[in-house]
Amino acid sequence: MTLALSSTRLRPAPPGVRIARPVFQRSLALAVCALVVAGPAHAAQALLAEQSEILFVSTQMGVPVEGRFRQFDGQINFDPGNLPGSQIKLEIATGSATVGIKETDAELPKSTWFNVAAFPKASFESTAIKATGPGRYEVAGRLAIKGFTQDVVAPVTIEQNGGTTVASGTLSIARLAFKIGEGEWADTSMVADPVEIRFKIALSGVAALAR
Amino acid sequence: MTPRRYTAPAIALHWLLALALVGMFGMGLYMTGQPFSPQRLNLYNWHKWAGMTVLALSLLRLVWRLSHRPPPLPERIRAAMPAWQRGLHVGSQHLMYLLFFTVPVMGWLYSSASGFPVVWFGVWRLPDLIGVDRDLAELIKPWHAWLAYTLAALVVLHTAAALQHQFIRRDRLLSRMGLGRAEVPPA
Repeated sequence: MTLALSSTRLRPAPPGVRIARPVFQRSLALAVCALVVAGPAHAAQALLAEQSEILFVSTQMGVPVEGRFRQFDGQINFDPGNLPGSQIKLEIATGSATVGIKETDAELPKSTWFNVAAFPKASFESTAIKATGPGRYEVAGRLAIKGFTQDVVAPVTIEQNGGTTVASGTLSIARLAFKIGEGEWADTSMVADPVEIRFKIALSGVAALAR
Repeated sequence: MTPRRYTAPAIALHWLLALALVGMFGMGLYMTGQPFSPQRLNLYNWHKWAGMTVLALSLLRLVWRLSHRPPPLPERIRAAMPAWQRGLHVGSQHLMYLLFFTVPVMGWLYSSASGFPVVWFGVWRLPDLIGVDRDLAELIKPWHAWLAYTLAALVVLHTAAALQHQFIRRDRLLSRMGLGRAEVPPA
């Protein structure tokens, strides 16, 4: 009995598990109030990592080679009815890059490529979102990789299915603008300068697009 | 009259592919030991391009061989061969033909499965034989190597047999493949 008591005291209850009922009800009521006040645009939007992907296709001596980032996250506040107030921030763990070949994957974190030790994260921050057609947008923003920042514009197509919103698109970047592949690897006859980024970002909590 | 020599295209393909196979084998051994570098990438791509060329030429060679029967072994030489040698002569040639195809096809399968498709001379993208499957690629890789070692062993055997005919038996068998004059030696 004494043992059980002391262990309870030592280990704090995980949040949300042992909260007394009235407190829980109160916080729920608060959340509902917040929703009503702020409107659906500010409902929590979450990036669904399982259904999302960020691929990169480089061209090695004419051969398209597909790789991907296994880890990324985002803070997204996308309101189709309020584009100026919308913002998209993505963070990509550069150390999670893989092309699926052991030897190549072992090279990618090195300073010649992503320099993961110095620059563990790449990021994208939107600066302007423009509608270009039904379900189509142009997202301008700043892409930062390896300490270099470039302004980019990505065409994005949005599809909604149930509660899930999927934003996908393709963006071509110049790898040398970010010094990805230095020294002997800067040779574009070996690895072409343009690298295509294909992304598919699945989100929950986005308001329905106007039809 | 029965022909004594292979046809000119058969002879040309034989020597061209002989050179190519020796070169490819050496290249394969060398490149796999290279550290990650543009040089290594370059070697791998050339190996793949040359491998596809070998495959295409081997196909041409097979079609030619099936439509142009090789000259029969001279009766005098044939009679001098023990039964096991005749068996080995036919068996090793069939096996070499089989490997002319399986070795490059294994390489092609490996390329497809590992997600590095073959783009012939950087221009023409060949279809992928199978989808990208890295685990399968790792299973295929040693087969490409071991079949190539087998082909190399057969090439050594083939060459040893040819040298034996040329320098020990001195029976002018190699004239069939364009080496030396095809005069009939005294019986």
